[in-house]
Amino acid sequence: MKYVDEFRDGRVARDLAKSIAAEVQPERRYHLMEFCGGHTHAISRYGLRDLLPPEIRFIHGPGCPVCVLPIGRIDSAIELARDHGVILCSYGDTLRVPASERLSLLRAKAEGADIRMVYSSADALKIARENPSREVVFFAIGFETTTPPTAVALRQARAEGLKNFSVFANHVLTPSAIQNILESPEVRELGTVPLDGFIGPSHVSTIIGSRPYEFFAEEFQKPVVIAGFEPLDVLQSVLMLVRQLNEGRAEVENQFSRAVTRDGNLKAQAMVAEVFELRERFEWRGLGEVPYSALRIREAFREFDAEVRFDLPYRSVPDHKACECGTILRGLKQPQDCKVFGTVCTPDNPLGSCMVSAEGACAAYYTYGQFKGATVTAEAS
Amino acid sequence: MSANPKALKRGYIRPLDLKHGTVEMSHGGGGRAMAQLIDELFQPAFENPWLRQSNDQALLTRPEGRIVMATDSHVVSPLFFPGGDIGSLSVHGTINDVATSGAKPLWLSAGFILEEGFPLADLKRIVDSMASAAAKAGVPIVTGDTKVVERGKGDGVFINTTGVGVVPDGIEISGDRARPGDTILVSGYLGDHGVAIMSLRENLSFSTHIVSDSAALHELIAAMVEAAPDIHCLRDPTRGGLAATLNEIARQSGAGMAIREDDIPVREEVDAACELLGLDPLYVANEGKVVAICPSESAETLLAAMRAHPLGADAAIIGQVIEDSHGFVQMETSFGGRRNVDWISGEQLPRIC
Repeated sequence: MKYVDEFRDGRVARDLAKSIAAEVQPERRYHLMEFCGGHTHAISRYGLRDLLPPEIRFIHGPGCPVCVLPIGRIDSAIELARDHGVILCSYGDTLRVPASERLSLLRAKAEGADIRMVYSSADALKIARENPSREVVFFAIGFETTTPPTAVALRQARAEGLKNFSVFANHVLTPSAIQNILESPEVRELGTVPLDGFIGPSHVSTIIGSRPYEFFAEEFQKPVVIAGFEPLDVLQSVLMLVRQLNEGRAEVENQFSRAVTRDGNLKAQAMVAEVFELRERFEWRGLGEVPYSALRIREAFREFDAEVRFDLPYRSVPDHKACECGTILRGLKQPQDCKVFGTVCTPDNPLGSCMVSAEGACAAYYTYGQFKGATVTAEAS
Repeated sequence: MSANPKALKRGYIRPLDLKHGTVEMSHGGGGRAMAQLIDELFQPAFENPWLRQSNDQALLTRPEGRIVMATDSHVVSPLFFPGGDIGSLSVHGTINDVATSGAKPLWLSAGFILEEGFPLADLKRIVDSMASAAAKAGVPIVTGDTKVVERGKGDGVFINTTGVGVVPDGIEISGDRARPGDTILVSGYLGDHGVAIMSLRENLSFSTHIVSDSAALHELIAAMVEAAPDIHCLRDPTRGGLAATLNEIARQSGAGMAIREDDIPVREEVDAACELLGLDPLYVANEGKVVAICPSESAETLLAAMRAHPLGADAAIIGQVIEDSHGFVQMETSFGGRRNVDWISGEQLPRIC
């Protein structure tokens, strides 16, 4: 496949892996957090751990929009579809996230709620145009990458005077989450969670640029490399982080120079700023309430805000007691440390959100890494 | 009293309006309308001595050997797609399920569940396509049934087909016979059917030249069984794709599988469509491919026999059965790492970012 295979070339990968192995200092451990679930997925899908020396440890971050969505938000979405009778348009991944009362959007759909999977905010607009007598709500989730399309949909709805369309906005922000992790007691009290550097998501930075990371690279003295999602991108950024750490640097470097600039996409940023403003606080699964970490719809677009239109209250719901999604999302534990991983909680029957999305750390481990666990168990027994 | 002789003609029914007519509840009601649908649509299309008897059952002569039977219900949406339709698919699907036991398929049955209001023109198109697929495969549809459900309670047409076949002596093909050391083969490019269907799904339309691979595999399989009678397993990787098929066989046989990504035939266009949608071609459905597992010493002979048949021209050896009591399927990635190829969970849903 043109423009893709070049970034999945096994020979180049082996050369890169050799360089990494040659440059790691044997007495040192490199704990690198890949913030984004897309990277977690790439690491597992292409078997990158097999290529890297044991000194490199990946810590999986909370950058999976489905995983960080708290139960209360899914409950509200179900409430919209079930109790307010709206057509709820949702991205596919979100459909299977477990909610309260053993429900999920998919189960609510089976019970008769009108929930439809869409591929973009434009699809939701189309459904609203085609069903003028029904209320249509777009369940907007995601990081900075999915926010501009939601902003476009809101602008378009206003321009068209589309009275039956609204947005349930759950857009969250990458830099605030990373800062929250860095400020958490576990990271600050040295040794609990070793965290030496970050692999930053390139698609987020095509929008926000690399500049927003400069503050905490400097403040917390952690190097950041903005990396693409192809396996070679990940390997190259690992090498760049190893070099920074070896040289005692803590800078923001851009591996994904083919699309990321320091300032990002100014037009998209302006559009987002026109439609959205910061929420004072937003609950994240795993991280709890994080100040200024999410967006809400501005006053000027309030008539399209589903939370206002349907007077949706937010109720926080604790996670399942046995579920370790919270600690896994903060990098405190690995999926296999969770008691219910692979037993009660599987991709077919997810208990926690990390098992739902292909980008969740638990799902990636379960789907792509099982045989490794099995080999270990077999040897131990 | 009128003397118009036409008014006295008894039992006259206006012929089915196959151009503009639609399915009505009465077409499944057991009355004249149903008889008419059978006489004017199904019977002439499927034409064979068994149907001509017009009984509720087909009287068949017992064949020599072990008999296999398989059933499959078809609910595909959209009903018409590049490379086929629900009609041809329902014939191919069941023939393939029978044939992957190594059997020669002999007869098919067809059960239709029609939704009230469905255009008769579309039904005719589907029935003609079924008839032509059955005739081409040489497997007659010997008995059938039609039911009609109210509008909104079906999705146009659902078709169930059941097939009966006979397995030649000496052939022992079963999903539990894969043994460590065996070779794994596939008959050609994977994922064509699933991508062709997905390209037409509502709100996902993208243009592609990919057509469904829907095909009856019994002749290819007959050639394979003749060349390598010691084949251990055959299965068509339909829903859940190659990944599901290998996991099923691994579980049944209590062995592991090790495949190589580089050796798995996937068309560039299918690969690209999957990349775009966030899907994995290993999980995408096929309707005209077969996975074969055979002792390694027969692998080359089997591969040559597959490649000699038009439906197996792109066949490839993709891996080996290995010792692993957990029954995991693992893959050496093109990139040089290893990963698990797990069962699909739910349906493959596109990623959002």
